[in-house]
Amino acid sequence: MLETKALACERGGRRLFSDLGFALGAGELLRVRGANGSGKTSLLRILAGLTRPETGTIAWRGKARDWDFGREMLFLGHAPALKDELSVLENFAFSCQLSFLKEEKNALERLGVGRLADLPARFLSQGQRRRVALARLGVASSMPLWLLDEPFAALDEEAIVAVRGLIEGHLAGGGLVVLTSHQEFPLAARAERALALG
Amino acid sequence: MSGFALLLRRDLRIALRRRGDVLNVLVFFVIVASLFPLGVGPEPNQLRAMAPGVVWIGALLAAVVSLPRLFAADFADGTLEQMLASAQPLPVVVLAKIAAHWLLTGLPLAIVAPLIGLQYDLPADALAALMASLLLGTPVLSLLGAAGAALVLGTRGAGALIALLVLPLYVPVLIFGAGAVNAHLIGINPSAYFSLLGALLAVSSLIGPWAACAALRVALD
Amino acid sequence: MLFKFASPQTFFPLAGKMIPWFGALAAVLALAGLYVAFLVAPTDATQGEAYRIIFIHVPAAWMSMFLYLVMAGWAGTGLALNTRLSGMMASAIAPTGAMFTFLALWTGSLWGKPTWGTWWVWDARLTSELILLFLYLGFIALKASIEDPVRADRAGAILALVGAVNVPIIYFSVQWWNTLHQGASVSLTRSPSMAMTMLAGMLLMALAAWTYSIAVILARLRTIIRERERDMEWLREAMA
Repeated sequence: MLETKALACERGGRRLFSDLGFALGAGELLRVRGANGSGKTSLLRILAGLTRPETGTIAWRGKARDWDFGREMLFLGHAPALKDELSVLENFAFSCQLSFLKEEKNALERLGVGRLADLPARFLSQGQRRRVALARLGVASSMPLWLLDEPFAALDEEAIVAVRGLIEGHLAGGGLVVLTSHQEFPLAARAERALALG
Repeated sequence: MSGFALLLRRDLRIALRRRGDVLNVLVFFVIVASLFPLGVGPEPNQLRAMAPGVVWIGALLAAVVSLPRLFAADFADGTLEQMLASAQPLPVVVLAKIAAHWLLTGLPLAIVAPLIGLQYDLPADALAALMASLLLGTPVLSLLGAAGAALVLGTRGAGALIALLVLPLYVPVLIFGAGAVNAHLIGINPSAYFSLLGALLAVSSLIGPWAACAALRVALD
Repeated sequence: MLFKFASPQTFFPLAGKMIPWFGALAAVLALAGLYVAFLVAPTDATQGEAYRIIFIHVPAAWMSMFLYLVMAGWAGTGLALNTRLSGMMASAIAPTGAMFTFLALWTGSLWGKPTWGTWWVWDARLTSELILLFLYLGFIALKASIEDPVRADRAGAILALVGAVNVPIIYFSVQWWNTLHQGASVSLTRSPSMAMTMLAGMLLMALAAWTYSIAVILARLRTIIRERERDMEWLREAMA
């Protein structure tokens, strides 16, 4: 369903990777590994359509990506993307509605931040912010492609278990997941591919 | 809820909880307008003749001062990135932000301006023209300003740089906006000015969002 | 054939060969133009000898406008076709364009002093040139403030295109402003009626300015290419 050919990326005058190609089907997981600065985040942002690759093509469902691609793709970057002035629930509702998803309060509870729903986001710790950002995974099963940049960073044991469960559930339902991570957690998938950069 | 309404509501809600930002711009506007008499002397006829230009320049400067906030916060905390990665068309995102900016900057300026006009002893018809010209002209400031704000995202010295980029582009609005009020003062028909302001609004509503979208994509590349 | 020269690598030596030719041509045209300006054109009835500065002022103003549009054209091409050389060309043009704008302003001021007694006149052309100078400076400043050269090229291109669309609007509005506020025209634009010799002189000077610009811009372009492509093999070989 997701296919790339001859992708190359250049940032700050340095060629990070070139001639990158892979194919990913339903229920499959792609792990991207590499040292800091090796281009993992850049690759994810290219797949999300935020960064233009130097060369190469990306096909989704056999055709070049068009404007509708955003409806089928969920991108979770480094930043938790929360507004300090809004409450956790308001932030969550906004990010869901932005992606045309239905927000459900128990998605917040799934990641242990349900009780913080009415708290302004400025009072949250880093880990709590990450968990609010990840709560979207609980309502995004309708979006086939998940692009997750370091989803397990700054999380405690409980949250890691919850996120692993969400990812595995998505894969079992036929979704595709591309993730970057420094930590190795086993994840059940129909097939798993690995990409090592740098 | 449409994407435009969703984004507009979010920006307005955030601004409501940071009322200080909005009020600061308004106070800045009033202060700038008050400085001119202190600089050139209190002679009423001179001030009355200057008033259209002074109020309009104040509006320009207030717009420039408010522009860095348009995209910078969302850029810094990652929400802008999320908007670009979502299925919301980027022009819709940009137009919603511009609309919010105008509601929080241009509209209040247009409402407060007649009070400043009174300080300068403008007659009633000139005051009405002042408000009307600002209502028509401040959206242009937001539309073109958005392009400037998007271009300087992530660069050093964004504030002064925005002023340098955007103020030359504001010259036509200034000329026609102040000219419309001036027309009342010297007793000629101001309708040509309002037509020209309308034309500027039409042109800038095409260029501004196009440039802002292109610049946002460049900034987030 | 045009695309062959679209890469910095192939254009670099070509530019090097072109520079001395255009430089020589510029010198010849300038001499011819100045000859006409100072020795052939008649003395003006009302303004005396001082008006001769028009032979520098007007061509400089023409070039400043022309170069801005060329710069915007190159920048836009780079944005649309994603070619590196186009962006570099725009960067190379900007300082020369700004220089001509400044020259137009300075000569305008020198003309104004003996004619009107003041060092500055808010006439339509001078005011428009001033705003054009700000547009050039804004372009240069924006490019300078962005570290990554590719990103700087793209951002600059957007700004240049917005500027190019606005330049006619700005000129029109300044013209309107000027005619409205100044009944008796305090204007350098009301130049003495054009005798054929004067037109010839100005055209010669304009062509001189144009060939000079090409030479200078190509030289600057080579410097930019050297700077940006310094890691490339081909450059090291070319310089060796």
